[in-house]
Amino acid sequence: MDYATLLQLLDSTLRLATPLLLACLAGLYSERSGVFDIGLEGKMLVAAMCAGAVAFYTGSAWVGALAGIAGSLVFALIHGVTSITFRGNQLIAGVALNFLASGMTVLVAQYLFGQGGRTPPLEGAARFNPIDLPLSETLKGVPVIGPFYHEVISGHSILVYAAFAIVALTWWVLYRTRYGLRLRAVGENPAAVDTAGVSVPALRFSAVMVTGVLCGLAGAYMATALQAGFGKEMTAGRGYIALAALIFAKWRPIQAMWACLLFGFFQALATRPDIVEGIVQVKIPVSFIEALPYVLTVFVLAGFVGKAIPPRAGGEPYVKER
Amino acid sequence: MANQSGAEAAYAIELKGISKAFGPVQANKDINIAVPKGTIHGIIGENGAGKSTLMSILYGFYKADAGQIFVNGQLTPIPDSQSAIRAGIGMVFQHFKLVQNFTVLENIILGAEEGQMLNTSLTKARKELERLARDYDLEVDPDALIEDLSVGHQQRVEILKALYRQADILILDEPTGVLTPDEADHLFRILKGLKEQGKTVILITHKLREIMEATDNVSVMRRGTMVATVKTAETSPEQLAELMVGRKVLLEVDKGTARPGEVVLKVEDLRVRDEHKVERLKGISFEIRAGEILGIAGVAGNGQSELLAALGGMQAATGTATLKGAPLPLSGAGSDGQSRRRSGIAHVPEDRHHHGLILDFTAWENVAFGYFNDPRYQKNALFMDNDAIRADTERKMAKFDVRPPIPTLAAKSFSGGNQQKIVVAREMEQNPALLLIGQPTRGVDIGAIEFIHKQIIALRDAGAAILLVSVELDEIMSLSDRIAVMFDGRIMGFRDPEKTDERELGLLMAGVTGKGEAA
Repeated sequence: MDYATLLQLLDSTLRLATPLLLACLAGLYSERSGVFDIGLEGKMLVAAMCAGAVAFYTGSAWVGALAGIAGSLVFALIHGVTSITFRGNQLIAGVALNFLASGMTVLVAQYLFGQGGRTPPLEGAARFNPIDLPLSETLKGVPVIGPFYHEVISGHSILVYAAFAIVALTWWVLYRTRYGLRLRAVGENPAAVDTAGVSVPALRFSAVMVTGVLCGLAGAYMATALQAGFGKEMTAGRGYIALAALIFAKWRPIQAMWACLLFGFFQALATRPDIVEGIVQVKIPVSFIEALPYVLTVFVLAGFVGKAIPPRAGGEPYVKER
Repeated sequence: MANQSGAEAAYAIELKGISKAFGPVQANKDINIAVPKGTIHGIIGENGAGKSTLMSILYGFYKADAGQIFVNGQLTPIPDSQSAIRAGIGMVFQHFKLVQNFTVLENIILGAEEGQMLNTSLTKARKELERLARDYDLEVDPDALIEDLSVGHQQRVEILKALYRQADILILDEPTGVLTPDEADHLFRILKGLKEQGKTVILITHKLREIMEATDNVSVMRRGTMVATVKTAETSPEQLAELMVGRKVLLEVDKGTARPGEVVLKVEDLRVRDEHKVERLKGISFEIRAGEILGIAGVAGNGQSELLAALGGMQAATGTATLKGAPLPLSGAGSDGQSRRRSGIAHVPEDRHHHGLILDFTAWENVAFGYFNDPRYQKNALFMDNDAIRADTERKMAKFDVRPPIPTLAAKSFSGGNQQKIVVAREMEQNPALLLIGQPTRGVDIGAIEFIHKQIIALRDAGAAILLVSVELDEIMSLSDRIAVMFDGRIMGFRDPEKTDERELGLLMAGVTGKGEAA
């Protein structure tokens, strides 16, 4: 494999890791607050459909993204009301929302556009287009670094850069602010937060809403940046891979970024079976590469790579004990 | 509204007519109590008397159905914990409200942070913590993770949390339940220090000794009502016990002399390693005869739990053991709990919530656990006879005075004492040759303690050999016919309860042998 191919691979790694990363960070907020969210997939799908449809009507990717966030927030709200207010089972609520999203997005898209559950292709300002970073052309000639900067770092849509900025932001919020302290506490021991005079439901709702916003961005990225429009089941399990990355990263933001990059790399590899074959000299089925994130996650859960301990109060609705 | 103008109020807390019901259960009924400033005020009552509910209302954790709360003479509604904290009330719950993987500092500032950023709060808290540690003898490493701290230190963090929020009134709910005698003594020194600094302390407990030792006044609760408030100096444990239970209670165990028979259990060089390969039992040897109670004294965590687990078939061990002369396998085939029960060993585990009961299951299901292969419980080769189990449960509940005597009620719906009676009834009614019984009265109220003690003696007199493990030295002293003291996985010595005292046992428990050298 030559350097140019490697750069291509890394470039698509970044592109494919972005929705995973946004969804993974989304899950991080919810799960750190003690609300398990298996419904990342559904929220992304709804956001992708809303973003695709609205971007088509308005011709603006930005308005589309806002619509995506709004759609995802509605689903997050339902999840919050079910699992926080009414103390329902978080996993079942999440699964139900995934099913609802899967069916509803196609139904609405079909009703609106009559193209078999797709939105029409988006063009121009209706998509988030690649941005060339400053000096990218000038530095192109610098050996090794130049092409890397030009091919891999530069030339992505704004949402890619936003995703990585949110990693830093999340780290800072989680470990350096009052909100982060309370968020981590409420996922570990909500009774400690409650007796300290802080509302457990309010805190958890805020986290679930952040999850909604980030899933909205992830979905919008799918429909208006990675691809040109919404298509049936277009998230293709990314919500679950993001969840796997979250476990792999042991619910920590920086590690989540590396996990998503790794999983994104596997996805990039899966699109280029020729490269893999060229390296190992054996034909490897694409589905095997695609399964790698899950295999790795199973290894993590089995305790081979340190112990992944979820937030202790995760999955448990908070009830004041008698 | 009563608003005592100007004059310094005499009472830190005054509750007037507090009532609270949970569904049909009236947990508090028209409670009136006045706690003078700068005193340690005890609230005593059996489990389920409504003490914790009352204090949770005072801390804004529950909302009272009726009644008024006065803090320093001012009518103060307390709808939530935030209001309680603002009114200067701090609470140390029985089950600590700490985040296990946070540091001490993080736990202390949680909910009381200064501004949005953590750094300023942490710096301020660190300074404040140093001052509090100096003033109140409350040393604890601010950067330690809670999960690495001993229970005693975790409790200090809870107290520090309250003091950091400038609490003037400190409520402690059953604070010594989880502490060693040493830690408990230290706690009482801390509380006295707080009192000297002008703080008011409310101490909730069901242990009479603590009330007599630490408090100035004491209020007694029984079945949701406040039955009396007296000066501690003017009362006696006997009087308090009678007020709590509503009848005369025998605090001393009434037992005749033992008539030991043949050797039932003989253990030699018993060794247990834990999952980290650390040796927890380092060669234990003893024997117990029929009709004899061997009490194991020791500070929690010195191998008593492992001893019970090994003999009860919950943990593999090495060494030799015989039961009535027949070999008792310590690992591999035949060393499981089922085989143990079949060979006539009954086991009341130390922790009834984890090993004794399944709380979500009904009482009758719990009574069948461990004995579900009993022929009496089978209808035919395929089906169990649930009616028979229920009938048997009803009989056991009647005999052991379990209240309410309803076999179909979930185990978690019973009070701690009644849960323990269910476990004890299940095990004792098998007429075992050997009874292993750990912490028989932990978290159990006074009436039930008296009852369980009587049953243990009765079983002994019926000819059973009994191995009693307890961290309550009083219990060991009053029930045992012989006492073995454990320290660091070894037996430090055997003593005759008639010829020893708490001091001598205390030294052995600390690893100091009779000759004065440390082990």
